[in-house]
Parts: sequence; structure tokens; C-alpha cells
Amino acid sequence: MGTHRITLTVNRVQEVAEVPSNLTLLDFLRERLALTGTKNGCSTGECGACTVMMNGEPVNSCLVLAVEADGAEILTIEGLAHDGQLDTLQKAFIELTGTQCGFCAPGILISARALLNRNPHPSEAEIRDALRGHLCRCTGYVRIVESIQAAAKAGG
Amino acid sequence: MNLPSPGLPDFDYVSADTSDEVVSLLLKYPNDARLFMGGTDIFLHMRDRLVTPKLLVDVKHLPGMTSIDFDPKSGLRLGAAATLNMIARHQAVVKYYSLLAEAIDAFGMYQLRNRATIGGNLCNASPCADTGPIALVYEASLLAIGPKGERTIPAAEFFLGPGKNALDEGEFLMRIDFPTPPKGCAGRYLKLGRNSAGDLALVSAAVMAYPDESVKSSYSFRLALASVAPTPIRVPAAEAILARDPLTDETIELAANEAEATSRPIDDIRASAHYRKAMVKALTRRGILEVRTMLEKEG
Repeated sequence: MGTHRITLTVNRVQEVAEVPSNLTLLDFLRERLALTGTKNGCSTGECGACTVMMNGEPVNSCLVLAVEADGAEILTIEGLAHDGQLDTLQKAFIELTGTQCGFCAPGILISARALLNRNPHPSEAEIRDALRGHLCRCTGYVRIVESIQAAAKAGG
Repeated sequence: MNLPSPGLPDFDYVSADTSDEVVSLLLKYPNDARLFMGGTDIFLHMRDRLVTPKLLVDVKHLPGMTSIDFDPKSGLRLGAAATLNMIARHQAVVKYYSLLAEAIDAFGMYQLRNRATIGGNLCNASPCADTGPIALVYEASLLAIGPKGERTIPAAEFFLGPGKNALDEGEFLMRIDFPTPPKGCAGRYLKLGRNSAGDLALVSAAVMAYPDESVKSSYSFRLALASVAPTPIRVPAAEAILARDPLTDETIELAANEAEATSRPIDDIRASAHYRKAMVKALTRRGILEVRTMLEKEG
């Protein structure tokens, strides 16, 4: 089986690695870079726990090969806070208890960040639509929606 | 390195630079090479060991493969690897191909649509693919490249059965062309899933219609269904009824009955054939009624 040399940016840091063809981006992040904030839920692109930003758009990292991320810019939950500051969304989720067990939160926060980037003032329906690909078994989603609304109100 | 289970089986990966390279790889490894673009379908099958290609050929970086072009005369040209999100937010699609945008919105979820491609969805030839009935009602044509050069395949001849398309050995899909829609055309895509969170269709119906003085009812309809036959299907008998008789509730009922009669669903894990038949009728009727309202508003 072949391996490939890839160069990519993860959370604003350049990484160079030799990866086998069948390594997913999710496993690359978790197993190689020890960025275990991104979770492995269903491995089939349905639960959204593995969502990361790839070149500014959210993708299910369980369905992306690491070799496909060659040249890409990846943002994971570990990179959402920067310069010592939490993201507005993280602050809102903490304040309003938008997270309980926390397993779905890294993916949801990435999708929510992508949503606010492309639509700074989403309606509740638009927020719920953006969460369509995320399963949460704790919150009932209400606190999640409220947290995203609060973050949007606080300036995104 | 041990990959967490369930991991992907071993394979080699190559990102193709030219169409000649793709064709020669397909001819050289007819049983072992598979093409992929978004991977949202094939990776699932590979995880389940339903398919175990030795070579994955990534064709999304070929020239023109992700382009989206619109010309009012020739219509919409979609590179096969254009992602569903790229297509749905393209101004020409929003303006002239609303049925396509509507079907994409019903497809999966946002982050999946950042990877899923129009070409992949069509080539998988799944009976429940959302873009299948859309390609049928817009009467799209598919441009394939193979050992003998280019070939155009009408969407109506592309789907042969579950997972089977009309591509020959060594051929692959390069582009999908949607002709300019008929003037004054209106459409609805109604999809029934187990939930509204992007589930696969149990039944779906695409209804398109446009003013047409050459038919008795003054409106020509195009109807297509998914998930109720081995391939997406058009329903010519129902279209004939809608062209012949004035668009009364009775005519619409007759057309919906015809759609139900034409459908050949199976019992499976997601729904019974009996239920699907009833839903074919309901969705077809609802779709035609909604399109009638849209046309009346326009007219």
C-alpha cells in the first residue's frame, strides 16, 4: 500500500506527514496529531461529531482521506480559541450550557462557526438547518440553538 | 499503524491529472480501480467491505471537473465533481433551476454537501438519489469520456438499475448539461424520509410544468419519481393525462393514480411497498397541486 507525503495547515500550524492512502483526516488528526477534540461517532457521515473546517467549509473528517487534505487549511475545535481568547460561540455555549456531555460539541461548534461566517444573523430555522447533520443526545438542541443565537447577537 | 475500527481497507490512491490517465487506469485495472470524487458513498461501502478496490482514482482535480457555467441559450453545464453546495448557491441555479436547488436542499446535510458531488450522486445510480429525478425532468444529458472519445448519454438512458449506469468499460462522467428550462416553468421536489434531517428518500417526486399552447390543457408536465423502482423513473402516462385534460382536481387525481400504478417499489428495511405506493400517490398529487398554484400565480 502506498504512502503519500502531505503538507497542510492545522489550526494555523504547518504539518508535514507521510500518510497511508486509507488514513482518514479524522484519524490523522486524532492519532497522529493527538488532536482528540474532534470525535469519532458514526464513521458514516451522519452524526457530525467529526466535523472540522477544511478551507473554510465544514466537512465530515471521517469521510475525507488525509491525502486529500494535502495543501488544505484545517481548523479543529482546538484552534477555535486563539490569542488566548475563546471564540464568541464557545463563550455563549459556556454561559448558556449549550453543552452537556460534550461529545457532539466540537463538531457543532465548527458547524456553527461556519454558519456565522457565511450568515452572521441566521434565523432559528437556519440555525436548525445548519445543525441537521449533528446528533446530540443530551440537550434536546434548545440550549444549542440559544447559544448560537446569543453568539450571533454578541457579534458572531 | 493500527487504525481504529471500523477503518478503511487497504488501497492505493492516485489523483489523476488528465482524462487520458483516468481512462488508461480504468482499462488497466478494470476490476480493481474505482473512481471517486466526494467519497461520501464509496467510503461507506468500503468500510463495510462491500467494495474493496485496490486503487482509488481521485478525478475531482481534472481540468473543468468542478466548473459551473450558465448560458441562457445553451443552459447549465456542471462539472461532474461540482459539489452540491457549490451548485445550490450558484446564482443561475437559484434563478433558473430552482427544482435542482430544492432537491439539493433535501439532500443530506450541509457538511456532507460540501463533499458530495452531482456526478457521484448520478453515477451511483441509487434508486433513491435525489438528483436522479431532477436530471430526468430537466432532460439533462451526461458527457462521458472513454477510450473512444466523448459520448453524450441522455439522463433517460443513464440509469440501468440499482448501482448500474450506462457508462462502458473505461468510461467516466465528465459533465452534466441541463438545457435551458422551458419558459415559465415551475417545479416542486417533494421528498419523504423517516425524518427531515437529510434521510434517504422513502419516496420522492419531482414535478415540473410550463405553459404550452400545443397541448390541450395548456400546460406540459414532467413527472419523475425516486425510490419506487430500480431506477428513477418518468411517468409518461400521468404526463399525458395532464397534457390532455384541463387541470381540475379530478385530472390531478387521475394523474396521481397513474403515478401510483407506474411505480414498482419494494419492501425493504425503510418502508413497505404498500406504504410507498400510497405515498407516491400522495406526493404526486401534492406536487401537481402546488405547481398548479405556482403556474396560476405566474399566469
